[in-house]
Amino acid sequence: MTTTTDPAAAAVRSIGTARTRVEGRDKVTGAARYAGEIPFAELAHGWLVLSTVARGRVRSVEADPVLAMPGVLAVLHHGNAPRVESDFVGMLGVPPDPAAVVFQDDRVPHAGWPVALVVAETSEQAREAAETLVVHYDQEPHDVAFSAGHPGAYAPESAGYAEAAVEKGDLEAALAASSVVVDAEYTTPEEHHNAMEPHAAAARWDGGRLEVVDSNQGSTWVASELAQMFSLDPGAVRVRSEHVGGGFGSKGVRAHQVAAVMAATVLQRPVRVVMTRRQVFSLAGYRSPTVQRVRLGADADGRLRVLEHRSLSATSTVREFVETSAAAGRALYPADAHHTTHELVRLDVPTPTWMRAPGEAPGSFALESALDELAEKCGVDPIALRTRNEPDRGPVSGLPFGSRNLVACFEEGARRFGWADRDPRPGLRRDGRWLLGTGTAAASFHAGAGPSTAAVTAEADGTFTVRITAADIGTGARTALTLVAADTLEVAPERVRVRIGDSDFGPAMIAGGSMGTRSWAWAITIAARELRERLALDGTVPPEGVTVRSDTTEALGALSQKERHSYGAQFAEVAVDTATGEVRVRRMLGIFAAGRIVNPLTARSQLVGGMIWGISMALHEEAARDRNLGSHVGADLAGYHFAAHADVPAVEADWVDDQDPDDPIDIKGVGEVGIVGAAAAVANAVWHATGVRHRHLPIRPDRVLLAHTGAHDA
Amino acid sequence: MREFGYQRASDVSGALAVLDADPDARFIGGGTNLVDLMKTGVERPSRLVDVRELPLDEIAVTRDGGLRIGATVTNSDLAAHPEVRRRYPALAQAVLAGASGQLRNMATVGGNLLQRTRCAYFTDVTKPCNKREPGTGCPAVEGEHRNHAILGASGHCVAVHPSDMGVALTAFDAVVSYETAQGPGETPLADFYLPVGDTPHRETALPPGALITGVTLPPAPVAARSRYRKVRERASYAFAIGSVAAALDVRDNVVRDVRLAFGAVASRPWRARAAERALTGGPATAEAFAAAADAELAAAEPLRDNGYKVTLIRNLVVAVLSELAEEDAR
Repeated sequence: MTTTTDPAAAAVRSIGTARTRVEGRDKVTGAARYAGEIPFAELAHGWLVLSTVARGRVRSVEADPVLAMPGVLAVLHHGNAPRVESDFVGMLGVPPDPAAVVFQDDRVPHAGWPVALVVAETSEQAREAAETLVVHYDQEPHDVAFSAGHPGAYAPESAGYAEAAVEKGDLEAALAASSVVVDAEYTTPEEHHNAMEPHAAAARWDGGRLEVVDSNQGSTWVASELAQMFSLDPGAVRVRSEHVGGGFGSKGVRAHQVAAVMAATVLQRPVRVVMTRRQVFSLAGYRSPTVQRVRLGADADGRLRVLEHRSLSATSTVREFVETSAAAGRALYPADAHHTTHELVRLDVPTPTWMRAPGEAPGSFALESALDELAEKCGVDPIALRTRNEPDRGPVSGLPFGSRNLVACFEEGARRFGWADRDPRPGLRRDGRWLLGTGTAAASFHAGAGPSTAAVTAEADGTFTVRITAADIGTGARTALTLVAADTLEVAPERVRVRIGDSDFGPAMIAGGSMGTRSWAWAITIAARELRERLALDGTVPPEGVTVRSDTTEALGALSQKERHSYGAQFAEVAVDTATGEVRVRRMLGIFAAGRIVNPLTARSQLVGGMIWGISMALHEEAARDRNLGSHVGADLAGYHFAAHADVPAVEADWVDDQDPDDPIDIKGVGEVGIVGAAAAVANAVWHATGVRHRHLPIRPDRVLLAHTGAHDA
Repeated sequence: MREFGYQRASDVSGALAVLDADPDARFIGGGTNLVDLMKTGVERPSRLVDVRELPLDEIAVTRDGGLRIGATVTNSDLAAHPEVRRRYPALAQAVLAGASGQLRNMATVGGNLLQRTRCAYFTDVTKPCNKREPGTGCPAVEGEHRNHAILGASGHCVAVHPSDMGVALTAFDAVVSYETAQGPGETPLADFYLPVGDTPHRETALPPGALITGVTLPPAPVAARSRYRKVRERASYAFAIGSVAAALDVRDNVVRDVRLAFGAVASRPWRARAAERALTGGPATAEAFAAAADAELAAAEPLRDNGYKVTLIRNLVVAVLSELAEEDAR
């Protein structure tokens, strides 16, 4: 038959129209299956056993009594597990997670380290046996206490994707020339992703091919790492991840997939491993606590001469990971002396990882709080202060900006929030027992793209199928990609089916770094455009369809160097009862410049979700670790608090017109910028309400109470 | 697999007989705490005897003007009952300050009194805990204890009782009724929870195998003007870090009657009798309220990180009593 695309439909664009998720009905009716519930014939169930000591060696594993329990099939541990390769650098430029390289030796580098996997016929049998398994340890002294001035602090040579240290200009001279100086220390606690869906994977061998059904942020990433670990041909591993209940940086290769593959190999039958919520706290990475010192020096009018930001974070003894908090200001504000550096301390704790807006989330809390303090000291409006420090090139890099609309965000936000009426003096507004205040902060997050391949097929029935190893981790990526493909093909989105989450579709970028949708859309656009042109010449479609493939590697390599970022202006109004320490956010507004918005409905959800996370970061989130035991306390959703519905009042996100001129369809990314600056906006509002600065997150009732008791005593 | 029996009791004597024969069996009401503890391995009952359908779900006004509340009345029904709201408003407020709508629909009055501490050491079987495993120690004393006790604790256990409802019941002199295989009994709620001492695993004065059948509130005209204020680390769906149930009767600026109880400060709801004594017959001023709170809190022994609770409770007492006094003055 003959397939035509419809240039007339080009007038009716899909991009920019609000669309509910194409899989939304499946999700709300339960038809959408997640990795932990996809049925397999002959499926066995593995349950991870984690170390209860914080440092030492496994002396012995008493497997025999457990093997005699009903349904138990195997107990894997360092004494009998298959050997795997771990000495490689994966697709994202980092080696595999040390805790995912399970059961290779007797070393226990932290509490919650995987020491065994119990496999049984049912999940309940496996759990009971795993909780019965006795593991003997030779315990060694541990250190899990993170603090400023830790004697083990050192300067790392590299900080992952960012430079560890950038020191431009003469700090002391610029400080001496400054008429106003802010010098303060800010801290943020250990924070966890806590995706709604815990990690889960099932592995099976099928005719010499390894198949893994998983919940991840990138099936190319997971498949390639598993192939390397198990020394398999890349084509011999297939990873699928159809629906994902959140990832936020935590869902790459973790202990559960590797343990499932090992067990499937040993037992020669499918094995599924699902983490419990408490296990997720130890096995899936987290955001390191930080201690950040910020020194700002400025002229009397607030123009910056000094921006110094030094951040200390923690890592494990088995991997170096830097929370790049100090990098947040490198492309945001100019200063004669611009010093941003990182230090690390190695502790007997799990290895931290990327968590929504890594670096920027904690870094913006410190930097944007310090700017508010500077505005206070200079007597300058906080928005005027930021406008006054708007650069025309990258402050450190000297590169031109792709598009920078931070000031437009502040102007639109100020108008809608009613900022012009604000009395800058703190502690003046009252509503019954509540003191009221407002605060603002800037947000920015890197806008990038990673190489991806896509295949777009014109089917004989007049529809189109897109195949790409994308991941929809709840963002609405599947729907956004449908709109992108429809517009490029010049057809209605109903004629386009987007298939994702299957490594057999070819290499693609992960859902991470706010780069997923942009990276995939780029690949789809190239393939769809070529397909449309081909069909325009000859619309004949054979029964097997017409397929065009694309690869963005070259196009991305040809991009000129620029500062490419999304921006935002965060506004918060809070109420504080200083007699009880309660802080309530009354309303929040975020105005963003995040490129062209593909699907306003899901983009708004992403941004609002980030802002709500910012409320949690400001007021609630904090993992507790017992120093004597070395392990978490309250590592579950009863103990680890984030905002409940009642904590989330009117939260509004919107955007200003913004384009990335170097992107084929002008998009950037909305995944992370929503959380950046949100906690600072809340903290700045708490100051405006009460006159007391809170430099330590979360701003808990006890901290508010003690600050005010102290203030009264003083 | 960890297996357990389950049966539904149709009458009280039948329910009692099961526990009499099997000391490892447990009564289950709404299951909103017990089931969680079973999932985490803290509780491993051999058998559950579901008492939720026993005919103990009535709320009745007693002849003397108090209230008799059946043990299987749900939290939702208790909070919605017009006589509760009229005679003991702080009780309805306390119940509504706890948990979520779904949990309150399941949770029962008897179960609420018997719920266990949410101390994160207690609920994690990989950790030492004297309450769960006597003799293993209390890591909270040196560890994470921001929400632990400031009153009535011991070096053996510093956990707090989590109930909101119990705080209001304690303020209003509730009496707990129960049945055993040997016959009925009753205990004032003030004596219901045992002192911590060196036996934190022994929590209540209930005889083994006893079933709570109800709670009786004696008449208390002062309770008609009462209030419950709860502070927690988020706006809802969290246990208190400090709470106050208060009732106040002021005439001519003299305190005629006052009831005061604190939550989240001790292993049991804390009746503030010293504060009540200090207030009764005196002036209803903010200074007097603060002095009364100080009189009660003089016994506080805060740990490294929970001293803020002293300030919090003091401030709450002043705030709540001041509000009640203002209403009285109107």
